[in-house]
Amino acid sequence: MNTKTPWERQEILRDKNRPTINDYIPLIFDRFYEMHGDRYYGDDAAILGGVTSLDGIPVTVIAEVKGRNLNENKKTNFAMPHPEGYRKALRLAKQAEKFHRPVICFIDTPGAFCGVEAEERGQGEAIAKNIMEFMRLRTPVTSVVLGEGGSGGALALGVCDRLAMLENALYSVISPRGCASILWKDAGREKEACEILRITAEDMLKMGVAEAIIEEPNGSAHYDLDKIAENIKEFLSDTIRENLQKDIDILLEARYTKFRKIGEYIE
Amino acid sequence: MLEDLFKVVTTRFNGSEKTETKSAAENNSIPDDLLFKCPRCRNVVFEDEIKAMNMVCPACNYHARLTAQERLKITVDKDSFREIDADMKSKNPIDFPGYEEKQQQLRESTGLNDAVITGEAKIRNIPVVIGIMDSRFMMASMGSVVGEKLTRAFEHATKNKMPVILFTASGGARMQEGIISLMQMAKTSGAVSRHDDAGQLYITVLTDPTTGGVTASFASLGDIIIAEPKALVGFAGRRVIEGTIKQRLPDDFQLAEFLLEKGFIDMIVERRKMRSVLSHIMKLHGYLPEMEGH
Repeated sequence: MNTKTPWERQEILRDKNRPTINDYIPLIFDRFYEMHGDRYYGDDAAILGGVTSLDGIPVTVIAEVKGRNLNENKKTNFAMPHPEGYRKALRLAKQAEKFHRPVICFIDTPGAFCGVEAEERGQGEAIAKNIMEFMRLRTPVTSVVLGEGGSGGALALGVCDRLAMLENALYSVISPRGCASILWKDAGREKEACEILRITAEDMLKMGVAEAIIEEPNGSAHYDLDKIAENIKEFLSDTIRENLQKDIDILLEARYTKFRKIGEYIE
Repeated sequence: MLEDLFKVVTTRFNGSEKTETKSAAENNSIPDDLLFKCPRCRNVVFEDEIKAMNMVCPACNYHARLTAQERLKITVDKDSFREIDADMKSKNPIDFPGYEEKQQQLRESTGLNDAVITGEAKIRNIPVVIGIMDSRFMMASMGSVVGEKLTRAFEHATKNKMPVILFTASGGARMQEGIISLMQMAKTSGAVSRHDDAGQLYITVLTDPTTGGVTASFASLGDIIIAEPKALVGFAGRRVIEGTIKQRLPDDFQLAEFLLEKGFIDMIVERRKMRSVLSHIMKLHGYLPEMEGH
């Protein structure tokens, strides 16, 4: 049972020792072949894609990449993808569909990049297209939120059959900072916003957004990388084996229904 | 000072007396709610006058915001609209402070239950499922009600083999509903994909302003994407981007004309031609007018 407040978890995610996808890949997967580019514009280092295998089962991996230092972050734009990143993700997902490979997405982003070029190249269209196409992708999709799940930039890799949250991961429609600046015109009150937005792993489970929480050893992933990688691997391995046995039409119906159900209204 | 100079040029350029009266009117203290100041060209017109022109700026052709009822009136055949889910209202799923009060207040001032109206209607006798967003209600942000109503509209159209036309306007996902609002992007886009799989036509008309999570979901997924002149359409807010790049963006950034140039919309259509264009496009896709009296 995680007793940390949302704000304490936010601080854990900001710790520079928090493991990133680059730490996990060698511990979870076999030999990894990175695949580059969206075939239209360029290659966005904020999203890593590739083909590998998990316990001998071929899989496609798509992940948002946080850096561990300034140099890495410069390269990966602090894990804030441009449209070409999302288009690379979709290209690889369609390739996986063709070869009946399960897709595994790792979410770890403050959000899609907000900039002039991102707008010029259609950030909104790129995210929208991913959401729609992942909804009908005829192969199992599993997503894991490793750290920050920032809004549409996260959802673009988050339309899946099963979503797991690492114990301290957060998933939110708006950054607490953004929420505070809109609500109270004071970005400094992000700690308060963090507490009211309901963004923890337990909240996601309760609201039907996530199906599983992956335990972080001793309360935080960076204390024991091998153990947390093992936990992630176990979740992925079980989920993929289970979903591969299901009829794809039944799986797609369940995927649609999972999102279809979410909403609170009175008639 | 500079603005005054431009006003003279505008006046001369238009050569109309009306504009002069307006400048004079601006100097005399006429209450603000009687005047409309164009956010694009800063031209000032009497509110009554611009309403008579369906809220189109006479100086720069900016197509200003309409209420859902105004939009309905100029878009669909008289008395043809049958609203669906009119009474649906949002709860307060994450107990967001002040959310219920805010909704209640807006229900009273706008007469709307939430930010979108949906239903069946006819345009030049062609039956269509239509959805119109209204920016007066919390900037037409998308929460549970907008998500559910639009999803049902698409499901209804899929089942009955009908086209869907959506007039979008939105500030994005509704943060007051937390993660639930984000999930509405997936829910609506899923419904669009099934309508698409069924081979039915979906037209989006992007109106001022369409941004954030709505741009990043159903608004960008139309088979045909139309925008109104000078509508603001984008993913990130202008101020957010200016904050990132530390410089001012050009005035036309994220306007419909900019999107057309960048390749993200099919056409810009003026309000006065909208009914004609929509009905013609529907015909080209095999949706035919019903006989009178049906």
